[in-house]
Amino acid sequence: MIRARKVGKRFGDKRVLRGVDLDVARGAFAVVTGPNGSGKTTLLRLCAGLAVPSEGELEVDAPRAAVGYLAHEPLVYRELTALENLDLYGRLYRVPERRERIGMLLERFCLWDVRHDRVVSYSRGMTQRLALCRVLLHEPELLVLDEPYTALDTAGAELLDAQLAELHGERTVLVSTHDPDRVAQLATQQLALA
Amino acid sequence: MTYFADVGALARKDLLLELRARDTLPAMLLFVVATFVVFHFSLPAHSSQLAASGLLWVAILFTALLGLGRAFVPEREQRVLDGLVLAPCDRSAIWLAKSIATLAFLGAAELVALPVFALFFHGIGAATVAGVVLADIGICAVGTFLGAMAVATRARDLLLPLLFLPLAIPIVVGGVGASVAGSPGRYLAFLALYDVLFGLLCWATFEYVVTE
Amino acid sequence: MRVVSRLSRVPLPALAVASLVLMTVALTLVFYVAPNDADQGFSQRIFYFHVSIAFTAYACFAAGAWKALRHLWKRDPGADLESYVAVHQGVIFGTLVLLTGSIWAKISWGHWWLWGEDELVLFLVLFLFYCAYFMLRFSVDPGPQRANFSAVYALFGVVLIPVSFLAIRIAKSFVHPEVFTLHGPNFGGWILVTYCVAQAALLLLAYTLYRVELTGKRLDARIRELRFA
Repeated sequence: MIRARKVGKRFGDKRVLRGVDLDVARGAFAVVTGPNGSGKTTLLRLCAGLAVPSEGELEVDAPRAAVGYLAHEPLVYRELTALENLDLYGRLYRVPERRERIGMLLERFCLWDVRHDRVVSYSRGMTQRLALCRVLLHEPELLVLDEPYTALDTAGAELLDAQLAELHGERTVLVSTHDPDRVAQLATQQLALA
Repeated sequence: MTYFADVGALARKDLLLELRARDTLPAMLLFVVATFVVFHFSLPAHSSQLAASGLLWVAILFTALLGLGRAFVPEREQRVLDGLVLAPCDRSAIWLAKSIATLAFLGAAELVALPVFALFFHGIGAATVAGVVLADIGICAVGTFLGAMAVATRARDLLLPLLFLPLAIPIVVGGVGASVAGSPGRYLAFLALYDVLFGLLCWATFEYVVTE
Repeated sequence: MRVVSRLSRVPLPALAVASLVLMTVALTLVFYVAPNDADQGFSQRIFYFHVSIAFTAYACFAAGAWKALRHLWKRDPGADLESYVAVHQGVIFGTLVLLTGSIWAKISWGHWWLWGEDELVLFLVLFLFYCAYFMLRFSVDPGPQRANFSAVYALFGVVLIPVSFLAIRIAKSFVHPEVFTLHGPNFGGWILVTYCVAQAALLLLAYTLYRVELTGKRLDARIRELRFA
């Protein structure tokens, strides 16, 4: 699914990533670890297609419509409600049976009751759960998750555990975390950035 | 057809955001009326009607700039633009939808501003209205495009007028010509030409503004 | 294009010597050989430089846009820097157009600035536009985004040139009804030769400066690369 050879990324003179080799097979669950500033986010942005490498080769065998990317920011409009945000993304991703799919996700991530509230009134954990709904909305083949456990409380984290376990083996997952133990059971491979 | 469905969904979102926050349109309205009052005092007594016609275009341009500076603010916060860029729609749809939304705001502001101008200064002919419509299209197409670039820079709001005004000079020429010339036909044609040329250029290159 | 690619292999010192020689010949022709203008006398000689500098500036802007297109379309790795350097040379020559045009206006009409002179107004618009280009470029961090922004804006420039030209022409009927017609020189004999040599000298000078700046900038980039490697 992902094949990286000596991938590097520079921003001007600053080199944030160099010489990364990575092979992620279809259905694999790859975990990227490393300290702050080691380039985890940059690597994930490259794999999601938001940036192009400055050097090396990177092939991602999934069209844009089949990638789900969870960023540091939730990538939702704060002045819109959860429902309106997901409806917009559902239309752009041409999700079949959009309303049912959105309703199902909101229920699962315990946001159904606040679906008509603007995102600005959400707590950080709720916003993160909404971001997860956005990522899963179009049932992507490749999930690129940047620190998905950030801001989630115990219940939220368990929901995400269950969701990831359900997708395990069926979808390809690339996840960055500073707490690899959390996903140790699911991980099929690990990449440590220095 | 899916292209226009995407544009529709995105433009609908922008109108919804404005309806929710209600900050751009009232600001534009207040600004344009305040500008007219300033113009009244900056025009010496007995200055010609032509001078007022010229100032109408200055007012329109600066009111538009006010709205255009706000256009990509919702996307800048929380980097939502990344989310839109990742979606499988054509990237130019993002520009087109935003242009349509800003055009709607500018048009709404002018629905009030033009009658107020007529009340304060002098009547407005059909050629001027046609000129305003054609100029609005060019202003919103180019301005939205440059707005998307400006929000991604360090200088942000400072940069948009600098980028935009040199490109807006032909619009002012066409607009003022349509308002004051005896035969406005060729000025309207010039505005239409501007819209087509720069519209196509924006449409073809917007992808590079939002991707690497 | 083949001529340009062949030109790019000529070593820099040879270019510098060639443009120095050609420039000397051009100056000699302009000041000693070309005949005095019947109407405006000696001062009309600035025309040879004014017009050829303007053409050179257009050529630089066009080259900048061409390199910008190469960057966007072919992802040519060096094209961004080349586009920037070409635009930079264009702005230098554009400033010279404003300067020589202003001198000419003072001598011919007694004013340092003349809104009735199309080319002067056009270059003022272009000067403002390309100054904004630099503002844009220097308020984005170096990288692919900056390259894209610069390239797209440089492309807007070449569309703006004819559109502005047209706008300034049609604006005359209501901004400045009186039309100044330049005392057009009757091209022929030494006038034509002098103009062609001056034009060639300036184009070569612009190309030499372009190569000098490009070499310096590339060296800078290489040094920084080695330092941060």
